Amino acid sequence: MTNLTDLTVAEIRDGFRAGDFSAREVAEGFNANVAAAKALNAFIVETPEKALEAADAADKAKAAGETLGALAGVPIGMKDLFCTQGVQTTAASHMLEGFVPTYESTVSAKLWAAGAGMLGKLNLDQFAMGSSNETSYFGNVISPWRRKDGGNAALAPGGSSGGSSSAISARLCPAATGTDTGGSIRQPAAFTGISGIKPTYGRCSRWGVVAFASSLDQAGPMARTVRDNAILLETMSGFDPKDSTSLDLAVPQWEAGLSSDLKGKKVGIPKEYRPDGLNEEISAMWDRGIAWLKDAGAEVVDVSLPHTKYALATYYIIAPAEASSNLARYDGVRYGQRDLPDGAGLQDMYAATRAAGFGPEVKRRIMIGTYVLSAGFYDAYYTQAQKVRALISRDFELAFEKCDLLLTPTAPSAAFALGEKQADPLAMYLNDVFTVPASLAGLPAMAVPGGLDSAGLPIGLQIIGKALDEQTVLNASLALEERAGFNARPDKWW
Amino acid sequence: MSIDLQTVKKIASLSRISVSEAEAEAMVPELNNILGWVEQLGEVDVTGVEPMTAVIPNHLRLRDDAVTDGDVRDKVLANAPQAEHGFFAVPKVIE
Repeated sequence: MTNLTDLTVAEIRDGFRAGDFSAREVAEGFNANVAAAKALNAFIVETPEKALEAADAADKAKAAGETLGALAGVPIGMKDLFCTQGVQTTAASHMLEGFVPTYESTVSAKLWAAGAGMLGKLNLDQFAMGSSNETSYFGNVISPWRRKDGGNAALAPGGSSGGSSSAISARLCPAATGTDTGGSIRQPAAFTGISGIKPTYGRCSRWGVVAFASSLDQAGPMARTVRDNAILLETMSGFDPKDSTSLDLAVPQWEAGLSSDLKGKKVGIPKEYRPDGLNEEISAMWDRGIAWLKDAGAEVVDVSLPHTKYALATYYIIAPAEASSNLARYDGVRYGQRDLPDGAGLQDMYAATRAAGFGPEVKRRIMIGTYVLSAGFYDAYYTQAQKVRALISRDFELAFEKCDLLLTPTAPSAAFALGEKQADPLAMYLNDVFTVPASLAGLPAMAVPGGLDSAGLPIGLQIIGKALDEQTVLNASLALEERAGFNARPDKWW
Repeated sequence: MSIDLQTVKKIASLSRISVSEAEAEAMVPELNNILGWVEQLGEVDVTGVEPMTAVIPNHLRLRDDAVTDGDVRDKVLANAPQAEHGFFAVPKVIE
């Protein structure tokens, strides 16, 4: 019999509808995998009862001949940045430990309304700040992948959506939600050999998602196939009056529109993404990707994005500035932790609460943000960064006069070992070098696995598209997926 | 431009994060590294460029002037570290 936990979202959806298996069997299978994978630390809270409840509802609806939701019978993981009514939501911080929302985020509500069930809340970098899932208050997430050197070093699953990437590649869930501020869906997807798409800024509502940097934050799906991402994204997207930056546009039928025929499409190859010293295996994978897209009928053109080298510095001014403002809400008064030293006044309570509730990376970013927004420095740092951001965005506009999409690597290396880059925050920030520019420009971008490197670890490719053109991004990613034929999976050790 | 211990303590105070002397000292080189690195943006010619505040063209909507929410006091207070008599409670502010 087929192992139900090896199935994709599309296979579960279709098999459930065809009566090949019940939704309960699927939920029980994934619940068992989750329960047996504590060593990965991918979940902060497990909710097997929620998964079963949704499965039973799906089975009942099917038996009664009722119309089934788009995700009926499909259990998923929910990144613990999405507020879930009645289920602890922490953003992987001590600050929000014990916080039980009295409301549901728009994106998660849409998924449950479509029939999906929740397997649990997935671990992440604290307040989504990190690229290795090492800043979580609830401990590191471990990647299910290991180097083929016999050393068994624990590897980073990427971040910030590291619980999502680890859980999907280990078959603890067929798909999960992620959020992407500077690469937090795409880089973890690349590290673990799965796919993930950050849609155009404004496609998915930010309402009920714990805020990091509001002008950059976008939710998106993560799964093993491009089709599964299309299915989830259709459900997650859509106008929400509760988010002032939500786009009031109809949601395209991305799954129905999938086609890997790229005839007539021009693919731009930005030369600035091949800096001196780029990892040779990443560079070779990029060349293979170019050949695959040509094989799919696309024409390849060279393009230039001249301000690329300033993207990271721009990001590390704008994101901390917005974070310092967003995280001002954690004051020990309305929700979350409170630390009240003996005899302390209100101001002392704020400072003690925030000292105890935030981890080192979060404090670092709040302080950087506070500094660049402070009187006397605002124009030199923040306004300047906003202007450079405009130039980075214009680079993409000019490039898209010559092409329909861009192909680049997703991350500058395969997964690194936990602890390897922790000593130097700057070295960690460089992980986002290929993902941050599209975030600054609000463009849709997707990571797909391309193959394994010489150490046996997945490396990925990234497609960046024009604003609102998720369809071309998905289609080009599908063309890569079909040609890469990536079917490697981590050997089970956990 | 480099920041010193006094500046780190001032930023911490503005951020409402209490830091010990040792923590503040450890942050001096960390923050200087990061700020030194982002200073490269100063070399970009931004003459005539407007600061970007919204990445995807969109406009702020107005909604009907109607009550659509409210009457959820207990839900609002449900996660408060200390709530009394239907209010958030904090240490005494006025002597």
